Amino acid sequence: MDMGGINPAILIASLMVASVPIILAALGELVVEKAGVLNLGVEGMMIMGAICGFATAVATQNPYLGFLGGAAGAACLSLVFAVLTQVFLANQVATGLALTLFGLGLSSLIGQSYVGIKPPLTGTVPLGPLAEIPFLGPILFDHDWMVYVSIIACGAVWAVLKYTRMGLVLRAVGESHDAAHALGYKVVRIRVLAILFGGALAGLGGAYISLVRVPQWTDGITAGAGWIALAIVVFASWKPWRILLGAYLFGGITVLQLNLQAAGARIPVEYLSMSPYLITILVLVIMSSGKGKAALNAPAALGQNFHASR
Amino acid sequence: MQRRTILKGTAALGFASMVGGKAAFAQGLEKAKVGFVYVGPIGDGGWTFQHHEGALAVQQEFGDKVEIVWQENVPEGADAERVLTQMALSGCNIIFTTSFGFMDPTNAVAAKFPDIKFEHATGYKRDHANVSTYNARFYEGRAIQGHIAGKMTKSNKIGYIASFPIPEVIMGINSYYLHAKKVNPDVELSIVWAFTWFDPAKEADSAKALIDQGVDVIASHTDSTAPLAEAAKTNGAVIGFGQASDMADYKPSPRVSSIIDNWAPYYIKRVGALLDGTYAQADAWEGISGGEVEIGEITDAVPADVKAEAEAMRDAIAAGTYHPFTGPINKQDGTAWLAEGATAPDGDLLGMMFYVEGITGDIPS
Repeated sequence: MDMGGINPAILIASLMVASVPIILAALGELVVEKAGVLNLGVEGMMIMGAICGFATAVATQNPYLGFLGGAAGAACLSLVFAVLTQVFLANQVATGLALTLFGLGLSSLIGQSYVGIKPPLTGTVPLGPLAEIPFLGPILFDHDWMVYVSIIACGAVWAVLKYTRMGLVLRAVGESHDAAHALGYKVVRIRVLAILFGGALAGLGGAYISLVRVPQWTDGITAGAGWIALAIVVFASWKPWRILLGAYLFGGITVLQLNLQAAGARIPVEYLSMSPYLITILVLVIMSSGKGKAALNAPAALGQNFHASR
Repeated sequence: MQRRTILKGTAALGFASMVGGKAAFAQGLEKAKVGFVYVGPIGDGGWTFQHHEGALAVQQEFGDKVEIVWQENVPEGADAERVLTQMALSGCNIIFTTSFGFMDPTNAVAAKFPDIKFEHATGYKRDHANVSTYNARFYEGRAIQGHIAGKMTKSNKIGYIASFPIPEVIMGINSYYLHAKKVNPDVELSIVWAFTWFDPAKEADSAKALIDQGVDVIASHTDSTAPLAEAAKTNGAVIGFGQASDMADYKPSPRVSSIIDNWAPYYIKRVGALLDGTYAQADAWEGISGGEVEIGEITDAVPADVKAEAEAMRDAIAAGTYHPFTGPINKQDGTAWLAEGATAPDGDLLGMMFYVEGITGDIPS
């Protein structure tokens, strides 16, 4: 079961772990964008989640509370965005970028006293003998619980958006806020809730980085993962399952190229490193040139502010 | 037209100060404003953290005779020029740029501000009279790490997380490998190029990829403590080293020793020279003997005899009786580089773009 000195089971298992932060953050952003709001502050919310989660986990010595703390911290930050854009009708792009800068600075300030501290360990879910199954065991049954949460969250977001009344209303708000308003839906309230949800998921993703993937706090620990999450939402053309696919592709290629190098395979590292970005550009080109359904899938009211006076 | 005249004027001024050289410099300053440009955040716990410690030491040494400004997270490349220009315009008298990738921006901006001193870390370009370079002989520390790695590995597989393919990093890889090989002929080196100085998640993934391949001693050339955090997950099966900073939080294992960059003496010396008027262009490259490279405590996770050997090597390097690149050493392709007993000239090291014999794989271009 070796390809070029690499065990594919271990490779797949590690790419699933590497992709968790971007899956969660991208799912959150998908819901926000489906509600017609463009929040470019994912990076800032992720890193706030990373430090708040870390601080909570260290204070309580409980990794699960840590994740909750991370989600709460990032949701608080996203509330700033919600108030500015939904109440004061600030420009969403500018506010989102400001949110990222603010989040990076604030997290660094909070994190001053947490450098060098080790968080409590998040164990793997004990699935007993299942983890011993050759090949499938390490891939499917030997992860920490956040890996499963990320996949379940994908399914949940998909099901809610597609099959429930709540999902329908959310999409209506994102497609045409005027029509939704005329029907009596509280556009601003729905969007604020969507933004908070997006913040919480981005926070979970950030907390995963500081609690599991790199169990420590370092300034700027997310190092651009939020921007990749934003790109994946577009790559996935606003479809939850494609987010899973896109994130595994991004995470997979990064992990694959590192593993190939460690195994001594002679590959041009630079090309593999840039390939996820090239694929994203390609998808964007195909999407914008084709007249297919994908081209029409962006929420129509994306990035537009709503005021009930109109 | 007018702009051209001004440019000519500046060029002439630059020339004058070049010719005038010492005379112009010899006046000294009442008060100096000192700028530092960092590639990562101060809180990285490694490279940038140590530079900032040096900056703080300058402040402490000279009190209110100096004012310190700094900028974190400056990307390498064109954006660095903007930051440097801004610092120069804000009245800095001397600016330290602390990453290899700032080399060209530093020289470009230095051309426009001939009265301001620029100091670039780890580079080799001094295109103008006001540009100095400074570096530390990290490869001396790598030799000691290599020795420990060769003795400590059980799988005979050791790893190196490399950042960018520049002489600085390749020097470290070669020194690490040569000294591991010397004490353990069966040792194999896996190198992972992360193509980043600072990205904790990617650094951790790199460490994990190495561990998955059976590597049990990891040296890293990136700036954060993430590789040690990854090694810590193995409960002592994998060891590593502190890089740039002591990283003492991971003692006694996985961090069994470390290379500590101590920039404070150099920064104090240079700023002091600027203040008293003795400043002159320089190309500094100190190592263990000059105190710029310190070897962090070797912990008890290392057997006493290995520890003693490592410390003996450290002392021999400090005393100047041992050079980590002493022949016979062949290049990767088998051609001779250093003859028996010859030591590497600094010029060869500073332009080192080849692996030594025994390392597999190619240097990415």
